[in-house]
Amino acid sequence: MLDSEVPQEGNSTLGGHRKAMYARGTDGKLHIVQSAGWEVEEIVTKQAVDDLLRLAEDARQRALAGQTSPLEYHMYRVRMDVPLLAQASGIWQWRIRRHFRPAIFAKLSPSLLATYADAMGLSVEQLKKAD
Amino acid sequence: MEFQHSQASHCESGVMSAMLRHHGLPLSEPMTFGLSSALSFAYLPIIKINGLPLVAYRMPPKAIIKGLQKPLGLKMRFETFGNPAAGVARLNDLLDQGKLVGLQTSVFWLPYLPQDLRFHFNAHNVLAFGREASGDYRLSDPVAETVVTCPPADLQRARFAKGALAPRGLLYYPLGTPRAPDWHKVLPAALKKTTRIMLDAPLPIIGVRGIRWLAKAIDKLDAGSGAAHSKMFIGQVVRMQEEIGTGGGGFRFIYASFLQEAADLLGRPALGELAEQLIDIGDEWREFALATARMIRDRDPLHPPKLADKLRAIADREQAFFRDLRRAA
Repeated sequence: MLDSEVPQEGNSTLGGHRKAMYARGTDGKLHIVQSAGWEVEEIVTKQAVDDLLRLAEDARQRALAGQTSPLEYHMYRVRMDVPLLAQASGIWQWRIRRHFRPAIFAKLSPSLLATYADAMGLSVEQLKKAD
Repeated sequence: MEFQHSQASHCESGVMSAMLRHHGLPLSEPMTFGLSSALSFAYLPIIKINGLPLVAYRMPPKAIIKGLQKPLGLKMRFETFGNPAAGVARLNDLLDQGKLVGLQTSVFWLPYLPQDLRFHFNAHNVLAFGREASGDYRLSDPVAETVVTCPPADLQRARFAKGALAPRGLLYYPLGTPRAPDWHKVLPAALKKTTRIMLDAPLPIIGVRGIRWLAKAIDKLDAGSGAAHSKMFIGQVVRMQEEIGTGGGGFRFIYASFLQEAADLLGRPALGELAEQLIDIGDEWREFALATARMIRDRDPLHPPKLADKLRAIADREQAFFRDLRRAA
């Protein structure tokens, strides 16, 4: 890649940041060039972000309809999945899945709620609501 | 503390380049990357990230920090903590002593990074070099354009995030002063190690064979009813190659830059010619990324075997390249 070929087309996922790339200058040597972004990177980053947003929105709809607990919605909202939440909270995966049932979630102890809230960086009040 | 920030393309090589420069040994980012033999390829279908297999274009986290110890005769001190309060106290103590401290962090909890790039990736490296009057930490994040600040609560979360590659508060700094090595000894050794990783790995998922193994997996992807999953799979490969600070082309350009430096230091123009070949290979990786992105967005019809063929062509070129490099080293 020549330094004149380093993509500068912008990438909304960089939030205005520029990243360092290595490209060849006119002297033949590689050096750092700042890139404002490449559409290819934007496409694949958005793909991952959008997939998590879709999972969160789907869980939110089901939580509002009483089919799942707000726990599932918040898990996806903070970009986690069940295995990761299990590692972050120290709670077994099967227990987490059980806590997705609204009736069981409603009866969780304050200390268990606090464990979940802490693992996801939320307050207990936020955790109880899916909005 | 007097500290000079410079932007790098990759966090770990950037941190080590800045740390060594701070201690009087100016090594470029590509030199720290190449000297620690960090270039690689691995396709790890057993390790899943959000349900997708891990693809890596470099050696595992900490390989650069640890790999520089032998060639530079440098001793790094690593400290992890069972309890966050002790980890915070130790960091503050080291900063009060005027030390420059490397930290392993989770990208998700660092508030100064762009929202869309904050995933739960636990092996991001930053340097701490002081504190503001407000208590905020002054950080040099190699992938950021300038120095940044980070509130203590956020940095604590980032240092003690759980999950795969959990940092457990890891901090590190050099003991003693690094010295310039005997280039004629350390560079050929580093080059040979990289050719061994790429050509002779005992597992078929590492090195050139790993690229072919990935091609086989992509060949089998479903372009019909399972198209959504197939697109996530190929998108993941490109994210690891381009988005996660690699300097472009899955670290191939940064390694080519290292080869150019090595050619000058050793007076061996053959390495400079090999750098040209590797730049071409890096361009091919970027063409693969472009073809993949077009299929994800349906600008081209989704046809995984075409991408697999592209990968096999890259594997053939890399095999020839690393054989030439072995002879040149």
